[in-house]
Amino acid sequence: MTNQTNPEDLVGRGNREGSKLFRQWFAELDETAQQGGQSAYVFVMGSFNEILKTFDLPVVFPEINSLQTAVRRVAHEYLSEAEDYGYSPDICGYVKADVAIQLRDGEHPMGRIPKPSLAVFTNACNTYIKWAEIWERMYQIPIVTIDVPGTREADGQTWRGDEDFENDRCYIEAQTKELIAVCERVTGKKFDIDKLREVLGYANDVSAYWARILELNKSRPSLFNALTDGTAYLGVANGFRGTRTGAEYFKRLVEEMEYKAKHGIGTLADEQYRLAIVGVPCYPIFRRFTELFTEWNGTFVASTYLWFASGGANRGFQYDLNKPLESLAEGILISVRDAMDSMFYQDRILADAIDEFALDGIIYHPIKSCRTTSTGLADSRRYLAVKRDIPSLYIESDMMDRRVVSEAQLKNRIDAFFEGLASRRQKASIS
Amino acid sequence: MAYAAGVDVGSTQTKAVILDESGEIAGKALIDTGANVIAAAENVFARALDDAALRDVEVEYVIGTGYGRYRVTFGNAQVTEISCHGRGAVHMFPGTRTVIDMGGQDTKAISVDEAGNIVDFCMNDKCAAGTGRFLGAAASALELPLDALGPTALESKRPVRISTTCTVFAESEVLSWLGKGKKIEDILWGVHKSIAIRSAALLRRVGIDEQVTFTGGVTLNTAMIKALEEKLERTLNVSEESHFMGALGAALFALDEILSSRSLAKSQEASS
Ligand SMILES: Nc1ncnc2c1ncn2[C@@H]1O[C@H](COP(=O)(O)OP(=O)(O)O)[C@@H](O)[C@H]1O
Ligand code: SF4
Repeated sequence: MTNQTNPEDLVGRGNREGSKLFRQWFAELDETAQQGGQSAYVFVMGSFNEILKTFDLPVVFPEINSLQTAVRRVAHEYLSEAEDYGYSPDICGYVKADVAIQLRDGEHPMGRIPKPSLAVFTNACNTYIKWAEIWERMYQIPIVTIDVPGTREADGQTWRGDEDFENDRCYIEAQTKELIAVCERVTGKKFDIDKLREVLGYANDVSAYWARILELNKSRPSLFNALTDGTAYLGVANGFRGTRTGAEYFKRLVEEMEYKAKHGIGTLADEQYRLAIVGVPCYPIFRRFTELFTEWNGTFVASTYLWFASGGANRGFQYDLNKPLESLAEGILISVRDAMDSMFYQDRILADAIDEFALDGIIYHPIKSCRTTSTGLADSRRYLAVKRDIPSLYIESDMMDRRVVSEAQLKNRIDAFFEGLASRRQKASIS
Repeated sequence: MAYAAGVDVGSTQTKAVILDESGEIAGKALIDTGANVIAAAENVFARALDDAALRDVEVEYVIGTGYGRYRVTFGNAQVTEISCHGRGAVHMFPGTRTVIDMGGQDTKAISVDEAGNIVDFCMNDKCAAGTGRFLGAAASALELPLDALGPTALESKRPVRISTTCTVFAESEVLSWLGKGKKIEDILWGVHKSIAIRSAALLRRVGIDEQVTFTGGVTLNTAMIKALEEKLERTLNVSEESHFMGALGAALFALDEILSSRSLAKSQEASS
């Protein structure tokens, strides 16, 4: 079907098909909920979709449910419900919106969310662990922590062949086997290694295409806005990882991007400033936030969110289908650890991105809700200011709580940043 | 003679400056912003025109700045007050590399290059803690007029240590110290010192370099100047026009526009 594509249908196809898939996913969850079916609650920084899909368990990403309440402008209702219940304003907004969804018996603007039969999460964020404990109490379900040894690059990263690496890989493999045993118990199904192979194959495709898409945005002009379009693609990458549908979608998305690259089709009529954004999107004013930049002909060509919130899929790791469990453990180690490390050492990764993506500036967006993704940003910014002469802007808001999102204040800072970029460019052109 | 103007619609006060071609101030005006922002911009401009003895048609280019910059309906363009304060400060004190602007609702630290271009900036957070509004709240809790704040505070011998610069709590904080029998001047000097500490932290974030110029309405408060100078251990550039720095910067940008369009016209003439 791809040979006969009409170019006009190609541009923007990924967004159209992505939002269709997204709605389809939630419709299926709604059906599961209505029928009282099983589901697994998982997180973006290491989802274990590979194992769960092998057991045909529908996956629910509570982070995505929560952020969707913000995108759909009802997050405040959920947040205040959780706060009325007793949660402090300082707790991560994702947790609070989810708690309210649970209190409302799964009621969500995109459909009913099924209750969990189990929850699986990594140690990438401490909040994941506490959050899952809430469901454990609410529903008496098993919760499985997969402890991924991050390197934090303390002594440099270990790789295949290193003794430490092998130990870490075995550690994850053993935990994966424990997860499989829990899944067998919960679903009453026997683990099928060939089914896992099939799922891994599709996951391989998604990872490879994901890496390719991010890479393609080095084009001039850039092909997609890493904050708006990129986040939409990310939803599919997380929800449909390990499925034929996901693999197909991304194959077609790569096709779209390659076409746009070949024909120089960008997202702006006049791309003046290429930016990277560090942190989580501002979902309460999702489109408007990006407009504050595009109004100045600035666009986001890269976003660290597409790295860590894809669980490190940006590394494009390929599983070896001949030794599925061993390779799955290796892939999780390399990718999830990267998602964690990249959060702590964003400065180094960003320093490379400056040249690779021809960046004109970096936007740091710490958020009130999230210590995990926000804590190191001031250090990263300082490091880059000294190491590389790159303009950067530090703006704070939240990914959920519109009480701490002030559009007027954001605009003022963003406008001043672009005035600075413009005068810097003018100065460079004179000298 | 061509004239350029800058209109700075602030959260609290609205300022206008008119410059002649040589960059000299021909007229200026200041009023409270009030509820009608559009009217405030119009009124202040009319008064500045009066001050300069000019008619509006004689002003070729107007730039709006401040939070209400898009409400300067007669403006030809808008520039943020961050850029304008930087530009104005370097124009008035060429050695300036760091600017601290203290206005009604926010405090900004700005680092600039020799031409007044922004290198970096940083602002106090979402609330009005430690800004002019906080000083205003403290003044009204003590039933003092604004311009008595500075002179009163400077009489302090044993300042009180104030822990919060939250505008909402300003009144209760001040009243509780009064209740404990502290003197008004000691409470006030404590307030100024605590604001200076916060502001110095903002300044350190952008880096304190060479001359520091103090701008915004709070420059009228002599105690704030002293508290900042003590905290930063250096003298600050302050002038009578410091309250007008944003409007002055905007007027300078407007003058740039006039001069560059003129030189463009000249070069087109020459080439045709
Ligand atoms: N005569 C004065 N003495 C002391 N402080 C003053 C005086 N006039 C104005 N201020 C201070 O200046 C602030 C307004 O500063 P300004 O720079 O105009 O702010 P904005 O631009 O946000 O309106 C007021 O909140 C007040 O604290
Ligand atoms: S604290 Fe941050 S990383 Fe952790 S769940 Fe909340 S938003 Fe996600």
